[in-house]
Amino acid sequence: MTGQTKDYDDIPGTFVFDADRSREGYHLNQFCISLRLGKNRDAFAADESGYLDRYPMTPEQKQAVLDRDWNGLLKLGGNIYYTSKLAANDGITFQDLAAMMTGVSREEYRDMMLHGGRPIDGNRYKSEWGDD
Amino acid sequence: MARITAGVGCSHVPAIGVAMDTGITDQPYWQPVFEGFKKSREWMKEQKPDVIFLVYNDHCTAFDASCIPTFALGCAAEFKPADEGWGPRPVPVVKNHQKLASHIAQSVILDEFDLTIMNEMEVDHGLTVPLSVMFDQHGPEDEWPALVIPLAVNVVQYPAPTGNRCYQLGKAIRRAIDSYDEDLNVVIFGTGGMSHQLQYKRAGLINAEWDQRFLDMMASDPDAARQIDHVEYLRETGSEGIEMVMWLVMRGALDEEVTEVHRHYHVPASNTAVGHIILENRT
Repeated sequence: MTGQTKDYDDIPGTFVFDADRSREGYHLNQFCISLRLGKNRDAFAADESGYLDRYPMTPEQKQAVLDRDWNGLLKLGGNIYYTSKLAANDGITFQDLAAMMTGVSREEYRDMMLHGGRPIDGNRYKSEWGDD
Repeated sequence: MARITAGVGCSHVPAIGVAMDTGITDQPYWQPVFEGFKKSREWMKEQKPDVIFLVYNDHCTAFDASCIPTFALGCAAEFKPADEGWGPRPVPVVKNHQKLASHIAQSVILDEFDLTIMNEMEVDHGLTVPLSVMFDQHGPEDEWPALVIPLAVNVVQYPAPTGNRCYQLGKAIRRAIDSYDEDLNVVIFGTGGMSHQLQYKRAGLINAEWDQRFLDMMASDPDAARQIDHVEYLRETGSEGIEMVMWLVMRGALDEEVTEVHRHYHVPASNTAVGHIILENRT
């Protein structure tokens, strides 16, 4: 990322998909959205690495796709509306993807949502999380 | 003359569309979500809008990362439901009031809002889910009971337009519709929200107290609502909660003073707080 400080940098557990991230993640995101179409999903399933080579992504981005490193994809400029297409390709629902990104089981995550979701108290500032 | 008679705020969670399309709305998980739209469907039948001006966001369907217009007005004759990866939703093709859309484009641009004009566009769940919840089930062979003018707002790449900009655009849309010489009942929808975060370690964030305050502001203090800044949306309502700026286009197009006829709030639908309000103009 650039050295520019942003007034949303102190929000914990969050990547704000701004112009810098959009620039870094452009080819990764364009790869992900290509999976919206069945013919592209078929080509990707037949040869994942070969299909990825159609997109001038960084080696780290390609590896994160192959590893299905969902948080890694976000760190490398992926946007959730795009990376969720890769998850959908794998048969993962949005809610199960959220469970994976937050490091809990699908049951725990679903239960949290049924009980009102993740509370805002204690989740506004990175300082409240200790690190991140 | 054409006139805007009412505004509707409504979430557009894709799972709500899936629940309707797969016929599971009576399940205990979904029943309370849909219960709150019963009155809305009755209201729509009485209201009989000729045209719905529908403010929504596209989810990398019509616009991938290669082209990101801040405001894009649908001026095509019709808009087909898009394949978002699991086949198009089984809902009707969306038909436009093309002459009114063209008039709005011309009026609003001369009013200094530089819209992108879309003469071809597919529409995703952001547009079709609000129609489904408000009009109830309609199949691909049916017609929606009203014509629809879509306005797509970028809320995927930060920054979205400010709440104030959206509110002022709503006022310009109102001026455009007020000056259109055909007797039309227009209802404006602002969709998206409410609090939700879909990504990374804070996914699942819900802020019900903030959401209710926002609904209160929609009803009686739009001037405060339009001044909410982006970092407050991000911090307090989650990274995807910023979609709520789209409700401000709707609110800007209504009178200062409105009558709240219905409100519904429920957590959760998938990862999201479902919020809904119906506001009628008094004039």
